[in-house]
Amino acid sequence: MTDTVDIRIPARSPRHRSERRFRLYGMAAIAVSLGFLALMVGSIVLRGTGAFQQAFVNIEINLPANKIDPDGTGDPLVIKKSRFGSLVKKAMRERFPEAKSRKEKRQLYKLISATAEYGVRDTVVANPKLVGTRASLWVRASSDVDMFLKGNISAEVAEDQRRVSDLQLGWIKDLHDKGQIEKRFNTQFFTSGDSREPEQAGILGAIIGSALTLLVCFLFSFPTGVLSAVYLEEFAHKGRINRIIEVNINNLAAVPSIVFGLLGLAIFLNVFGFPRSTPLVGGMVLALMTLPTIIIASRASLRAVPPSIREAAFGLGASKVQTTFHHVVPLAMPGMLTGSIIGMAQALGETAPLLMIGMVAFIVDLPGGVTEAATALPVQIFLWADSPERGFLEKTSAAIFVLLIFLVLMNLIAIVLRRRLETRW
Amino acid sequence: MACMLDPSIPKQSIVSDPTSIAITRTSNKDRITDLLVRAILILCALIAVATTIGIVASLLLESLRFFQKISIFDFLFGLEWSPQTALRADQVGASGAFGAIPLIVGTLLISAIAMAIATPLGLMSAVYLAEYASKRSRNFIKPLLELLAGIPTVVYGFFAALIVAPMLRNGGDQLGFEIASESALAAGLTMGVMIIPLVSSLSDDVINAVPQSLRDASYGLGATQAETIKQVILPAAIPGIAGSLLLATSRAIGETMIVVMAAGLAAKLTLNPLEAVTTVTVQIVTLLTGDQEFDSAKTLSAFALGLLLFLITLCLNVIALRIVDKYKEQYD
Repeated sequence: MTDTVDIRIPARSPRHRSERRFRLYGMAAIAVSLGFLALMVGSIVLRGTGAFQQAFVNIEINLPANKIDPDGTGDPLVIKKSRFGSLVKKAMRERFPEAKSRKEKRQLYKLISATAEYGVRDTVVANPKLVGTRASLWVRASSDVDMFLKGNISAEVAEDQRRVSDLQLGWIKDLHDKGQIEKRFNTQFFTSGDSREPEQAGILGAIIGSALTLLVCFLFSFPTGVLSAVYLEEFAHKGRINRIIEVNINNLAAVPSIVFGLLGLAIFLNVFGFPRSTPLVGGMVLALMTLPTIIIASRASLRAVPPSIREAAFGLGASKVQTTFHHVVPLAMPGMLTGSIIGMAQALGETAPLLMIGMVAFIVDLPGGVTEAATALPVQIFLWADSPERGFLEKTSAAIFVLLIFLVLMNLIAIVLRRRLETRW
Repeated sequence: MACMLDPSIPKQSIVSDPTSIAITRTSNKDRITDLLVRAILILCALIAVATTIGIVASLLLESLRFFQKISIFDFLFGLEWSPQTALRADQVGASGAFGAIPLIVGTLLISAIAMAIATPLGLMSAVYLAEYASKRSRNFIKPLLELLAGIPTVVYGFFAALIVAPMLRNGGDQLGFEIASESALAAGLTMGVMIIPLVSSLSDDVINAVPQSLRDASYGLGATQAETIKQVILPAAIPGIAGSLLLATSRAIGETMIVVMAAGLAAKLTLNPLEAVTTVTVQIVTLLTGDQEFDSAKTLSAFALGLLLFLITLCLNVIALRIVDKYKEQYD
């Protein structure tokens, strides 16, 4: 007599359904996580791309020689000193003579950026022949006009609820019909520092600040990180001290970043008296923060070098130091560099410790060195995100967009480096 | 044989009798370099230790100065936080209140929301990736999840303040709830998403470390894959998963930018996630950015908060790392 048991699960049994359900939960979890990623990156990129464009207004402006350069010197210094603000305002009044009252005039001037006069000044300085002529120039529109043209301010909202008045709307329409207002690529966003005026603000200052900070960070953390790893992996005896250092590094990797900022504030600024708000201090704080990452990555890559390399070197009479630095370290270098680049990418996105050491200042000038006050890209994002003006919202998204591009680039470099230089033993 | 052809090597140095090889002693110069190199290496390795000492010392010293002004019991058990310092001594409310309880409760509330989001999502993602996903989809999905971890926290903060918070508020309006525009929920939710990859990658390692023999035994007894995961793999991986969840919690407690941008400033003692709460990190940032006089209790209190934060996260980390380490040894 045969006694067989069917162990297959019937296709429609509750067990089968629960299996499918469980699997679905897993897929749903991943879908939700990735959906959030897509929503976040998508919304920021969508909002940010607007900031790469900026509205410009065409004005016919009189540049009388007696006001700008009475002696006809053509000297840039003389031209720079003249007051272009009143000339620009006059040009606007000529364009729209219907603005009579003070209130109307004030609204008229608000069509163009408060910094428009500097644009005119720079054009005239670059081209002194314009002095004494009537020139047709494109000047930066104000942020409100810019926002209106990009559809961020709706004309349907009641007048007292929006930042562009009905009068201004009429003027914008007139300019638009005559082709005297248009959106252009906003080069200034990439070539200037921060500004109080959204239409004038750029991120070059923040990018330079971040670059200097990262440079300092790398110069401090890479050598010390690599040498620490070499010590722990190649030289240290597996004793108690070694164990303490190891536990220490692992714990340091999990200390909140803001605590490193407090350390920087208390020690680097208050004890050593290093200059506040500078890339030097920022870089040093970030170096301490990325040190554990670099050490852990470097140790892993030293461990991956097979013992046969060391044995061969010893066999040929090399000393410990020679073996390590002539043979093991060069072979482990690609892995160490990859780990460091990933550590640098983390440091690039770090904001909180930089807030602690005062890199949140409003800085217009481009930083010229590591001891000059500067801001960094993520801090700039934080500052702009905090600003109530509508125009900065767009700039924030655009700055995030730029930051993400830098991060992707650094990670790509790390991946390519790993692929290229990786040795399989 | 190359050395025989090299004229620069004097003939005498070539050992004529192959049975006797002279091993010369290391010269003094080499020894000194060796010692020097070792010294430099040890110094570098000690920088990490020095950093820890620096953190502890600076936090402790400034905190001690703070506790000279405000009693440590008032700080740890006080129920009110309003760190004003008076311009004049006779001003009303001149002393300010430095009770950290509302901040700790706020921090824990936001972290709890974050963990409530990240635990199921991270764990299920890890289970799916480790047990169900084909190698190809795993190679595709895993880096994408890690991308979430690579996005700077300031970006999450912006997203929380700009998109998540208004979305929640509008949703709440329609359902008849009143949700504050800087609610704990918005910050916690966004923070939860941020730590999903941390939970999933740590749990993934733990699940992969469970020996295949356990799975095979379970399948052999006729269990389905889901049953194997729920009744064999997860119980076996529980200590490691607990460790990774603790690490993630510590990360959530120490997270700064999301809460600075999306959580409130006013310290309110509440457990309602729809209201605005503030956290330890938010207060540190608010106290230390902008103008500061270095001796006031207000500024010094930031260091006391920093010390508190450091101790809490350190405890969580030490416990978590212990659990993870211990668990690893079991199957090695």
